[in-house]
Amino acid sequence: MQVHLHNPKRDLEVPGPVRVRDLVKRLGLNRESVLVIRGDSLVTGDSTLDDGDEIEIRPVISGG
Amino acid sequence: MNNCKRCGAAAVIDVRRHRAAFCADCFQHHCREQVRRTIESHKMIARGERPLVAISGGKDSLAIWDILLDLGYDADGVYLGLGITDYSDTSRDFAERYAEQRGAKLHVVDLPTEHGFGIPDAAKATKRVPCSACGLSKRHLLNQAALDGGYDVLVTGHNLDDEAAVLFGNVLQWHTDYLARQRPVLPATDGFARRVKPLIRISERETAAYCVLKRIDYIVEECPMAAGNRHLRYKETLNDLEERSPGTKAVFYLQFLDKMLPLLESVAEEERQLVGTCTRCGAPSTAEVCAFCKLVERAAPEPISDSGR
Repeated sequence: MQVHLHNPKRDLEVPGPVRVRDLVKRLGLNRESVLVIRGDSLVTGDSTLDDGDEIEIRPVISGG
Repeated sequence: MNNCKRCGAAAVIDVRRHRAAFCADCFQHHCREQVRRTIESHKMIARGERPLVAISGGKDSLAIWDILLDLGYDADGVYLGLGITDYSDTSRDFAERYAEQRGAKLHVVDLPTEHGFGIPDAAKATKRVPCSACGLSKRHLLNQAALDGGYDVLVTGHNLDDEAAVLFGNVLQWHTDYLARQRPVLPATDGFARRVKPLIRISERETAAYCVLKRIDYIVEECPMAAGNRHLRYKETLNDLEERSPGTKAVFYLQFLDKMLPLLESVAEEERQLVGTCTRCGAPSTAEVCAFCKLVERAAPEPISDSGR
């Protein structure tokens, strides 16, 4: 699957299937600091992502 | 946790501190209810009052504006241009686009146009971090916009994470004066509009999720001036704790409101006694000249004797 990340913007190819919470952990991110979006839909930590999915990992922390 | 706590449908968002997951509709209902209860319990906005919402183009301010409109408040917005090059232009676009889509009124105040400098100039002139001049300018100019427009209350998008991080910083340094002021409602006083924070029970992960689910476009990129600031580090530290013990941030902040703020009332009263009036612009100030007028003096390209109040 294609995984799009921000700050800095970059794309990764990750093999599926993988659970959302495991993907976030594997990327060294904190579950409280990101949303995981498949296509244009949010997915929960227990959801399974598959090959062919288009995933955005969106940061939610702002510093203002 | 894959089914909605409220209706049993497939969930799209988990909120670990509530040990719950929600479908899209029930999550939006949950956010509106959290805001409605916060407004009521803290007597933030009475029915019939006109709120002005401080809009940055980010998720929090657009979420609270959207929720207030959905709850039936006659809420207008105010966008403050801070002169942070492309970032300010882009964030203004998001603010204007939302206002247009909702048919809501958005005022625009532009710091470079009205005062001759932007935040990067201010940071250079004062040799301090940009966030310091930014916070100072926002407090002054947004308050002014609320007073000038005759609004009853200024609403900001400070969320649970913002408040917990500020509290963490104030506790680390035992800033008792700042702690005494860290309230969800700052009542109106002479020269200050009432200021309220209706998102204190909602985390920023939840405000971002709310925007995604309501298809509200907002600026995702972080302000280039804020990268690596202390506030972000405090948020990361608190989120490390939250990941291991969901609910930590809410207990830390909400218990501060219940248990500590009442004990700091005498400190707050002492602070209130110190407030006078700025001799240049007439805004409330503890010094002869307020911090914003001093900033204008240092950062504007030419001396300005009247800050434009």
